[in-house]
Amino acid sequence: MAEEKKLKVVKVAKAEKAPKVANAVEASIDKATQEMILRAQELGIETVFDRAVTMKPCNIGMQGTCCKNCAMGPCRLPLPKGGIEGEDTRKGLCGATANTIAARNFIRMVAGGAAAHSDHGRCVAEVFMSVARKESHDYQIKDPDKLLRIAPHFDVATTVEVDGEVKDRELDEIVLEVAEKALGEWGKAEGELYYLKRAPEALYEKWKKYGVLPRNIDREIVEIMHRTHMGVDQDYKNLIKQGTRAAIADGWGGSMLATDLQDVLFGKPYPIQSEANLGVMKEDHVNIIVHGHEPVLSEMIVAAVQSKEMVEYAKSKGAKGIQLSGICCTANEILQRHGIPPAATFLQQELAIITGACDAMVVDIQCIFQNLANVAKCFHTKLITTHPIAKMEQDNVIHIEFDEHHAMEDATRIVKMAIDNFGNRGAEVMIPRHKSSQVAGFGVESIEYHLGGTFRGTFYTLNDNIINGRIRGIAGVVGCNNARTRHNEAHIQVVKELIKNDVIVLTTGCNGIACAMEGLLTPEAAAVYCGPGLAEVCETVGIPPVLHLGSCVDNSRILLAATEVVKAGGLGKDISDLPAAGSAPEWMSEKAISIGHYFVSSGVYTIFGYMMPTSGAPVFHDYLSKELEKMYGGMWDLEPDPIKHAQKMIAHIDKKRVALGIDKARERVLMDMADRQALEA
Amino acid sequence: MSKLVAFAAIQGGYKVVSAAEGELRNALESFDASSKIEFPNTGYYLPVIYSLTGMKVETLEDLKKPLEFARGLLPPHVKGKNHLPYLGPLLDAGMAAIFSYEILEALRILREPDFYLSQEDPDIEAGKIWVGPADDVILRKRGVEFVDGSAPGFAAIVGAAPNPEIAKMIVEDYQKKNLYIFCAASHNGTSVIEQLIEAGVQIGWNTRIVPFGPDISSAVFAVGFANRAAMAFGGVQPGDYRKMLMYNKERIFAFVNALGDIGTEWGTAAAGCVNWGFPTLADTDIPEILPTGICTYEHVVANVSHDEICQRSVEIRGLKVTVSEINIPCSFGPAFEGERVRGADLYCQMGGGKSQATELVKMAEMKDIEDAKVEVVGPDIGDVQQGGTLPLGIYVQVAGREMQTDFEPILERQIHHLINYIQGIMHIGQRDIAWIRVGKGALEKGFTLKDIGVVLHAKFHQDFGKILDKVQVTLYTNKDEVDNLTKRAKNEYKFRDERVEKMTDEDVETYYSCTLCQSFAPTHVCSVSPERTGLCGAYNWMDCKASFEINPTGPNQPIEKGECLDPKLGQWKGINEFVNKASRGAVTHYNLYSLIHDPMTTCGCCECIAAMLPACNGVMTVSRDYTGETPCGMKFTTLAGVMGGGASSPGFVGHSKFNITQGKFILGDGGLLRMVWMPKNLKEEIKERIMKRGADMGVPDLYDKIADETVGTTEEEILAFLQEKGHPAINMDSLVG
Repeated sequence: MAEEKKLKVVKVAKAEKAPKVANAVEASIDKATQEMILRAQELGIETVFDRAVTMKPCNIGMQGTCCKNCAMGPCRLPLPKGGIEGEDTRKGLCGATANTIAARNFIRMVAGGAAAHSDHGRCVAEVFMSVARKESHDYQIKDPDKLLRIAPHFDVATTVEVDGEVKDRELDEIVLEVAEKALGEWGKAEGELYYLKRAPEALYEKWKKYGVLPRNIDREIVEIMHRTHMGVDQDYKNLIKQGTRAAIADGWGGSMLATDLQDVLFGKPYPIQSEANLGVMKEDHVNIIVHGHEPVLSEMIVAAVQSKEMVEYAKSKGAKGIQLSGICCTANEILQRHGIPPAATFLQQELAIITGACDAMVVDIQCIFQNLANVAKCFHTKLITTHPIAKMEQDNVIHIEFDEHHAMEDATRIVKMAIDNFGNRGAEVMIPRHKSSQVAGFGVESIEYHLGGTFRGTFYTLNDNIINGRIRGIAGVVGCNNARTRHNEAHIQVVKELIKNDVIVLTTGCNGIACAMEGLLTPEAAAVYCGPGLAEVCETVGIPPVLHLGSCVDNSRILLAATEVVKAGGLGKDISDLPAAGSAPEWMSEKAISIGHYFVSSGVYTIFGYMMPTSGAPVFHDYLSKELEKMYGGMWDLEPDPIKHAQKMIAHIDKKRVALGIDKARERVLMDMADRQALEA
Repeated sequence: MSKLVAFAAIQGGYKVVSAAEGELRNALESFDASSKIEFPNTGYYLPVIYSLTGMKVETLEDLKKPLEFARGLLPPHVKGKNHLPYLGPLLDAGMAAIFSYEILEALRILREPDFYLSQEDPDIEAGKIWVGPADDVILRKRGVEFVDGSAPGFAAIVGAAPNPEIAKMIVEDYQKKNLYIFCAASHNGTSVIEQLIEAGVQIGWNTRIVPFGPDISSAVFAVGFANRAAMAFGGVQPGDYRKMLMYNKERIFAFVNALGDIGTEWGTAAAGCVNWGFPTLADTDIPEILPTGICTYEHVVANVSHDEICQRSVEIRGLKVTVSEINIPCSFGPAFEGERVRGADLYCQMGGGKSQATELVKMAEMKDIEDAKVEVVGPDIGDVQQGGTLPLGIYVQVAGREMQTDFEPILERQIHHLINYIQGIMHIGQRDIAWIRVGKGALEKGFTLKDIGVVLHAKFHQDFGKILDKVQVTLYTNKDEVDNLTKRAKNEYKFRDERVEKMTDEDVETYYSCTLCQSFAPTHVCSVSPERTGLCGAYNWMDCKASFEINPTGPNQPIEKGECLDPKLGQWKGINEFVNKASRGAVTHYNLYSLIHDPMTTCGCCECIAAMLPACNGVMTVSRDYTGETPCGMKFTTLAGVMGGGASSPGFVGHSKFNITQGKFILGDGGLLRMVWMPKNLKEEIKERIMKRGADMGVPDLYDKIADETVGTTEEEILAFLQEKGHPAINMDSLVG
C-alpha cells in the first residue's frame, strides 16, 4: 500500500511538470461538456477524457486476436500490417486459429451483453413476481392494457368461459400466470422462448432453419462460456451460431421481457416534453442524479422526490426544491415515463459531479465509472451504490442495498440523505448553462396511436409514406459513447445526415440523449434538418424526425416496431425486406455487440462507427457480413467516418427500395368502375 | 402548417363537444330522460355512434354515454413550442366532434320533429328545403347505386360558392360525374343549396343533390349514410370501427369541398372525415396536409379554383370517372335521371295521353342498316309551339354477330333511363305508353329529337359493344308512321310477353347466379331462374342470360342445375354446389321455392321480404317503400337488418315484387295462396297480376282476401279478417308442420 501511494505521488508530480490532458474542443462537440472538461482541468480533477489521451488501447485486443482463455497464453496473434498473403499460419499454443480466437472473443462479448440485459430483465421479472404474489406493496400493475397485450404471447388466457359465456379473466390470475411463465424464460428445461413467434413468420422460419431458436436465456449464455473454454468449439461458424442464439435470446428474450414487464409495472411510454444536458441541474435545488439502467429503483425515487414530504423537507434545508435528473439508461427510463430530464450521456458522468451541485448520485448497474468515486471525493457528493451485484471498492462510496419489498422506504432514505447533504456544498458550484428541449416517450403503442388516432392508428401510415417516397427509410441509431472518439460527434453527424436524406431515425440509449442535447428531438428540428419529404411527414404528424424509444433494453421496441411495419403491409414479408438499417456510431460496451448481433440476426444491416474487434481475423470478419447476410438478410459493417457511415446505410436502404419496387415515384391509381367492382370482399 | 390545422381542429372539437353537452343539459331539463331519440324511419340508431362504438341510443338518457365517450376522446391542446405529436389527437378530436354533431342533430329532431322534410325531394314552395337524414327507403334504393358502382361516391359540399352560377357549375360537374352531392352548412348567410334554388337547379335525391341541412352539424348525415350503407350492404358489424372506416376508405369514394371561410367547427368536422379516408379540398387559403396515409392520397388541399375543384377532388380521392362524352348540347348522366320537367318548365311533350309515343328495338341484318344513322322523319320540336305535342315513334335497329332477338327487350328497356339521363328531358313509362317531356332549358341549349338518337346510338355501343356492331335510330313524328310502328310494336310485345311468361323453371337446364352485390355483401349468392327473378327486382333470368353473353366473366354466371334433390321445395345438386363455392362454404344449400325450409339467402338490396305468420297459417310480405309496422312485429328496415347478412333465415325470404305472382313463388309452402297480408300500395301496384295468378290457382277473388294495413298490423287483427273472408290459407296444411 505504501509503495502504491508513493508511485501515485511520483506520477502526479510528473504530471504537474507536463500535464497531458484532453483538449476540450477535440474531446467533445458539446458546449456543456467542453466547459466542464476545462472546469475539471482547472480544478485538477482527472476525467475519462484525459485518460483517453494518456492511455492507448491494446492493438491486439482491438483486432480480437488475443486469447487468454487458458494459462498457456495469453496467445497474441496480431495481423501483420500488410495483411496475409497465402495461407494464414497464425496459431495459439493449442493451435487455435485467428478465426477461432476472434470468434470466441466476439461471442463472449455477446454473452456479456446478453447477460447484462437479461439479468436486468430477470430483476424486473422478479419484482413483477413479487407484485403478482402481492408481496410488494410499493409496486403495482400500472398498465393492465399492456399486460393484456402481452399475455397472449405467453399462451396466457385473458378471458374465461363461465356457463358458455366468455368473460374477462381476473387480472390477478393473469398477472400470476404471466409472471410464472416470464420467469421461466431464464431457465425452463424444455421448449423455446415464447416471444420468438412475435417475429415475422419468415424470420422465425429462418431461425428455425439455421438452428438458432434460443431454448432459455441463461442456457445460451452458459453455453457460450462452455464452448469458448479451452479446447471445445473450434469452428468460427459454429461459434457464431451460438452467438446468434444468445443474441436472439437477448433481443427477443431478456431485453424484450425487461421492456414489457417494465411497461406493465410502470406504464408504457407516451410522448412527453422534457429537456436534456447538464444545464437541467439547478443550483438552488437539491440535485439527485440516478445513473445506471434499471428503473426499479429510480421509479421509486421519482415517487419519493415528488412526495410533498420530501419537497417540504428539502425546503426546510434551504433548497427551493428537488431536481431529479438521470444519466445513461436509467435516465432514459424515467424520461420516457415521467419526463425527468437526462443530465448527461455516458461520457459526461464525471462532469455531473464536477458541477459541484450534485448532492447525491445514485447508481445501480452497468456503465458506471469506478472513477466516479474518485471524483466524488473532491466534492460533497454522496455516491450511493444500491445493487448487491454492483459495489465499489473506494471507501467514500455508500452502499444502500435496495430491496423491492421495502422499495419506498429505501428510496426515501436515499432522497433524505441527498437533502441532508445539500447544506454541505462547497462554494465552487458551476453548472453549464446548456440544455435543450425535447419530446421523448415513443414506443410501439404510442407510435401506432400517433399515426392515426384511436380509430385509424396503424403503422401503415408510416409504410404509405415510405412507399410514396416521402420517407426514404428507417434507421435505428443507438448505443453508447466512447472516449476513443469525439464525444457525440458521430452520433449527431450520422443522424443529421440520415434525416437530411429523408431517413426517419429511431433512437435509444446514449444516442437518444445526444440527439436530445443537440435539439434533434424537438418537432421544430424537422424543418431545420430534414429533407423535404421527411419534414412534411413530421409536420403532418407533429413529431420530431428522431423518435426516442428509450433505454438499451428498449432496442426490443425497435425490433417490434420493425415487425409492426412488416405486418402493416406493402414493404415485404420480413424485417430484412424493409428499407431500414441500424447503427451504433460510438459503441463501447459488450451490450452493443449483443444488440448489434441480434439486429443482424433479425435481418438488419448494422453498421458500427468505431473498430470491430474481429479485424485481426479477416475470414471471420468477412463471414459476419457476407455469409450472415445470405442467412438472415442482415449483416455487420464498419465505417468510422460519420458521413460515409450514414451514406452506407442510405445505400442499403436504397437497395431494399429497389428490391421492393418502390424506388420510382408512385403512380396515382385512379379507380374506375371495374376496379371498384373488383375490390375483394 | 399542419400544426395550425391541429390547433384549430382540436379547439373546434372542444367547442362542439361543449355545445352538445349544453344542448343535452337543456334537453334533459325540458324533456323526460326517456324521450325517444331517433332519426325517423332509419335503422341503426344514431348510425355514426352505433356503427363505430356499438352504443345504441334510443332515449335522451342514452345520449350521455356517447357524449362522455366523445369528451374522453378530446386530446390536450397543441402547445406552441416543443409540442407533442398531434395527428392522432387531431383525428380523435374530429371524431369527438362528429359524434357530438350527430347528438346535436338528434336533439334538434327531438325539439323540432318537423324541421326536416323526410323525403327524397324538398318542398321548396313550402320553404322545407332541408331533407335531413335519409330514411331507410332512400338508403336502400340509393345504396344499390353504390353497390353496382353507378354512383361511385359523394361530394360533401359545405358552405356556399361566391355566387349561384359557380355553385351551379360545380354541382353540375359532379352530376355529370355521377357523384352524389351532399350539402350542408352556410357561408356569408347563404348555402350552396339556396344558391342552386336561385339558379333554378332541381335539388333532391332524384338529382343526386341532397340538401341535408343548414348547419355544419348536418354534414354528419353524409358519414352516417356511408356507415349505414356499409352495415346494410357490406356486412360490417356495429362497433367494428376499424373495419367500418377502412371499408369507407377503400370503397366509398367521398370527399369534402369546403366553400368559404373555414372556422374551427368546419375544421374539426374535416378532421373527423379524415378518419373515413375522406379528404378536404378548400377554395380558401388554409394550411395543406399533403402526405398520404390516413386518406389514400392528400388529406387537405387548399386554394383550389372553382373551375378545377371537381377534377382535383376526384383525383385526390383516387377516383376515375368516365364521363360519357356524347355529342349533344345538354349535360348527360345518371344524376339527371331523377330530374323532373314540371309544368312551368315544360316546352313540349310526346305521349302521356296527349299523343301516341312508342318505342321498339328490333334486331336487323348487318347489311340492312347503317351504323350511327339517326333520322327524324317528320317535324322536330323546333316546329312545335310552346306547350304543344307531337306523336313519337322511336325505332331502334341493331345488328351484330352476337346479337339475338332475346336481347331486344333488354336493349329496349335501356331507353327509359338513357333518355332520362339527358338534362332537361324527362321520360316516363315504356313501350307504347312512353311519355317524354322536354323542358325549356333543354330547348334553349339547342336540344332536338335527333339527340335522342345520338344518345341511344352512343350508349348502346358503350354498354353493349360486345353484342352489337351497328345501331340505327329512326324517330317518327308523323301520326301515320307512329301508328304503324305502334301496331307493329304491339304484336312484338305480345309475342315477347308470352315467351317470358310461359317460360317455366322446368323448361331450362341452366339457371344464373347473380353476385353483382357481392362486393358489398360477401356471402350472398342469388340464383335466378325463369320463375324466380332476382330479389332486387332488377334482374330476371333473361337479363342474366343476356348479361352473361355480354360479359362472360361478369357477375352473372350460368349454373347447371343438375340433379333435382327436391322438386317441391326447389333444390338442385348443381345449385347447391355452386352456392357452397360462391359463398366460400358459408351456405351449403338452399331451396328456391320455400321460406320455411332453408330459404335462399338475402342481401340488403331486396325489394320485399316475406315472413311467416304462424297464427294465420300464412305469410306476409312487405316492400321497402312501406315504412309502417307489419303483422310480423318488424318493420321492413328491421327485417332487412336481421336478414341482410347473407344468411339463410328460415321463416323469412327476400324477393322481388314481380316474383310474388310468378308461378314458383314459395310454391313449396303453398304458393301465393299463403299470402295473407301486404302493404296496400304494393297490393294495388300488382293488383291485376294477383288477380290473374289467384284465378290460375283456383281462387279468383284472392285479391280481396289479402289483408293490408287498413285491416290491421297485428296477427290477431288480420286473423279475424281472414276468417271472415274465408282466406284459403286458413284451411291449408299447417305451415310449420
